[in-house]
Amino acid sequence: MATIQAWDTPPDQARAAAIRAGLGVGIAVGVSGLVFGAAAAAAGLTVAQACALSLLAFTGASQFALVGVVSGGGGLIAGTVGAVLLGSRNALYGLRLASVLRVRGAKRLVTAHVVIDETAAVATSQPDRASARTGFAVTAVALYVTWNLTTLLGAAGASRLGDPERYGLDAVGPAVFVALLWPLLRRGRAERLVAMAAVAVALTTTPLLPPGVPVMLAAVVAVTAVLPRPRPAGGPTS
Amino acid sequence: MTAIWPAVIATGLGCYALKLAGLVIPERVIDRPRVRRFTELVPVALLTALVAVQTAAHGDALVADGPRLAGVAAAVIALLLRAPFLVVLVAAAGVAAGLRLAGLG
Repeated sequence: MATIQAWDTPPDQARAAAIRAGLGVGIAVGVSGLVFGAAAAAAGLTVAQACALSLLAFTGASQFALVGVVSGGGGLIAGTVGAVLLGSRNALYGLRLASVLRVRGAKRLVTAHVVIDETAAVATSQPDRASARTGFAVTAVALYVTWNLTTLLGAAGASRLGDPERYGLDAVGPAVFVALLWPLLRRGRAERLVAMAAVAVALTTTPLLPPGVPVMLAAVVAVTAVLPRPRPAGGPTS
Repeated sequence: MTAIWPAVIATGLGCYALKLAGLVIPERVIDRPRVRRFTELVPVALLTALVAVQTAAHGDALVADGPRLAGVAAAVIALLLRAPFLVVLVAAAGVAAGLRLAGLG
């Protein structure tokens, strides 16, 4: 089941590479907390609310999604559900990382909080278990510290900047999602079909439904339409 | 603004619950092809719908904002050039801001 071999003595080189990758990803992505903080403040969140989101949710796509709905004057319930659904991919990372990291007991409660795109990417790209654990921990700490500090800076600084559109901040939210979407679209044809269906549903229903709802509807409709049918009754397996 | 707090707290709790679920749920629960495929495709649909809505809508109105569209296009070009995450974001903001500064917004 485990895809990563446990070596008796992991090479120092692999360990050092994992530390470098973790620091690089953690700090580079963490700095974009500046953008999140500024976008949150521009959408009407207080500095405390922006910081609370980064501290508690700590998953950029969901945070940007909620802020986007708030800034569009959208329904907070639909916005919250959309943001949380977007975090469902972290559960998938957790499933994969459970066998790699092998954390037990109360440590899982802390580890869970930092299971996100970046930590999963660094951990799963390491050649052995020890460097996977190192890479995961270094990415987690570097990213959590940087992301939360820059959120505070961005949110606190935004109020002195004036109109956020002057700085193109309204283009940053969609840019974040395009960047996260990019590797997913390369996985296959079904992914691209889902994407096209989602755009069509979201845009056609936007004038008809409260803000926030079209995004959720698009997800349900697009995925249901593309998902392979279950085997008919009487098929070879249940 | 106080109305936003429940959404902030609920998003935080919901996101944490999903992260924890992944670590503690036995893998076989989710390891059915249809369930797995569903969980793979949901983020694709959500992310694309978000891109569409945040690029081309404001509230419940469809709008074509030139600088914003150009900013998102710049992000796509940056991704095609394999730019790192932060560069993609800066490209999007920079192009949108630049066009507005030039009076094209």
